[in-house]
Amino acid sequence: MTAPMPVIIGVTLAILLGLATFLTWFERRLLGLWQDRYGPNRVGPGGILQAVADGIKILFKQDWIPPFADRGVFVLAPAIGMMTVLLSFGVVPVTAFWSIAGTLNVGLLFVLAMMGMGVYGVVLAGWASNSKYALLGSMRAAAQMISYEVFMGLSVLGVVMQAGSFTMRDIVLAQSGLWFVVPQALGCAVFTLAGIAETHRLPFDLPEGENELGAGFHTEYSGMKFGMFFLAEYAGVVLVSALLVTLYLGGWEGPLLPPALWFALKTSALVCLFVLLRAALPRPRYDQLMALGWKILLPLSLLNIAATGAILLLHAPG
Amino acid sequence: MFGILRTLWLTFLHMAHRRVTVGYPEHKPPLPPRYRGRIILSRDPDGMERCVACNLCAVACPVDCISLQKAEQDGRWYPDYFRINFSRCIFCGMCEESCPTYAIQLTPDFEMSEYLRPNLVYEKDDLLISGTGKYPDYSFYHVAGVKIPGKDKGEAERESPPIDLHTLLP
Repeated sequence: MTAPMPVIIGVTLAILLGLATFLTWFERRLLGLWQDRYGPNRVGPGGILQAVADGIKILFKQDWIPPFADRGVFVLAPAIGMMTVLLSFGVVPVTAFWSIAGTLNVGLLFVLAMMGMGVYGVVLAGWASNSKYALLGSMRAAAQMISYEVFMGLSVLGVVMQAGSFTMRDIVLAQSGLWFVVPQALGCAVFTLAGIAETHRLPFDLPEGENELGAGFHTEYSGMKFGMFFLAEYAGVVLVSALLVTLYLGGWEGPLLPPALWFALKTSALVCLFVLLRAALPRPRYDQLMALGWKILLPLSLLNIAATGAILLLHAPG
Repeated sequence: MFGILRTLWLTFLHMAHRRVTVGYPEHKPPLPPRYRGRIILSRDPDGMERCVACNLCAVACPVDCISLQKAEQDGRWYPDYFRINFSRCIFCGMCEESCPTYAIQLTPDFEMSEYLRPNLVYEKDDLLISGTGKYPDYSFYHVAGVKIPGKDKGEAERESPPIDLHTLLP
């Protein structure tokens, strides 16, 4: 039943990169839909080839490194950003039989570790750029991502307690009765917010903050190196959606339709939610973001852990 | 918190709203007749050029994009050449306002892109249309007291015949 590993890796990689590319177009169309306009609708049917056109354009741009930049780190940073996101997908179980390392016994920890690594991509990009705005952007990114990582980790602990495992596959299997979004609603909400902050998507895109920082940490980037940040961001959106599905929405489980389709449906619905957030909400101020994190989300996730632990203890047999 | 959810919901509802965008090349927006677009030179109902080469449009033009030279034939003035440099024109309509004979008019047409800048210099042949434009009945020489072939002094509309000075002598 299980496909050979190279096939799984190849297919996953191809789908992911294709998805990240076409998400750039899909997001713009969806934003258009919610803002009473069209978005890109000229290239190809419905404008779907806009992603290809953008890709061709960005590939043929001059691959320029500013003379004042730290060359080695400057080149390395987008690769780190992309790599950590792609590696995280390794432990996401698409179905019970289709995943690269869904049975890894520290799966969830691996994801958190990779997200921690992802900070380096952003921070090094801003640092190596050796320019004011890039540095300010990456400084914000460091503070934002590290603090939100704290309660991202704390918020999923409830799930781990209930499932009794860090293995992503077992977490999904543990939800066959009731999806964790019901008992872990608080954790799910905190995880969602932390996930948005972690992928630095709107409304938490302060590391980029176009209206105050130019383009934030990737101000000095152009061509395909910028493209890699861009793709990593969209892959990150897919990753956080897939994680939410796996941890809280029952993964591949669902009636009638094949498991893979259920997984895809749930994930794409969440991706749409991410776009809706971007369409509707303004960016908070930087101190508001930090205050929200440390003063509200951290206590909430601690409360969630304590409550989950207490309830589990009370219901423990014996 | 509630405000944020409400914002999300209201934005979501916009899915059912009608799109504001007009898909331009397929759907041309309706332009009002007095839209200030491409400039034309009109003719009077007799089919003669209305422009009398008075140069008022060239003077009124804030960007100096109109250039013309007067010529004369049988008592009628007309432009020898009339040139509008549309790469300079700002479509302000001052030329139309200043024109005493309704000759120069702006039309609801804006699709005049060119690949080469020199192609945006329109000569009289390009500007002159065969119709009367926005003023179908107006004919300058039929209301003005100028003598032209077929219309002597005093024969214009609402014009009295010139007074014979000799009859006024005491």
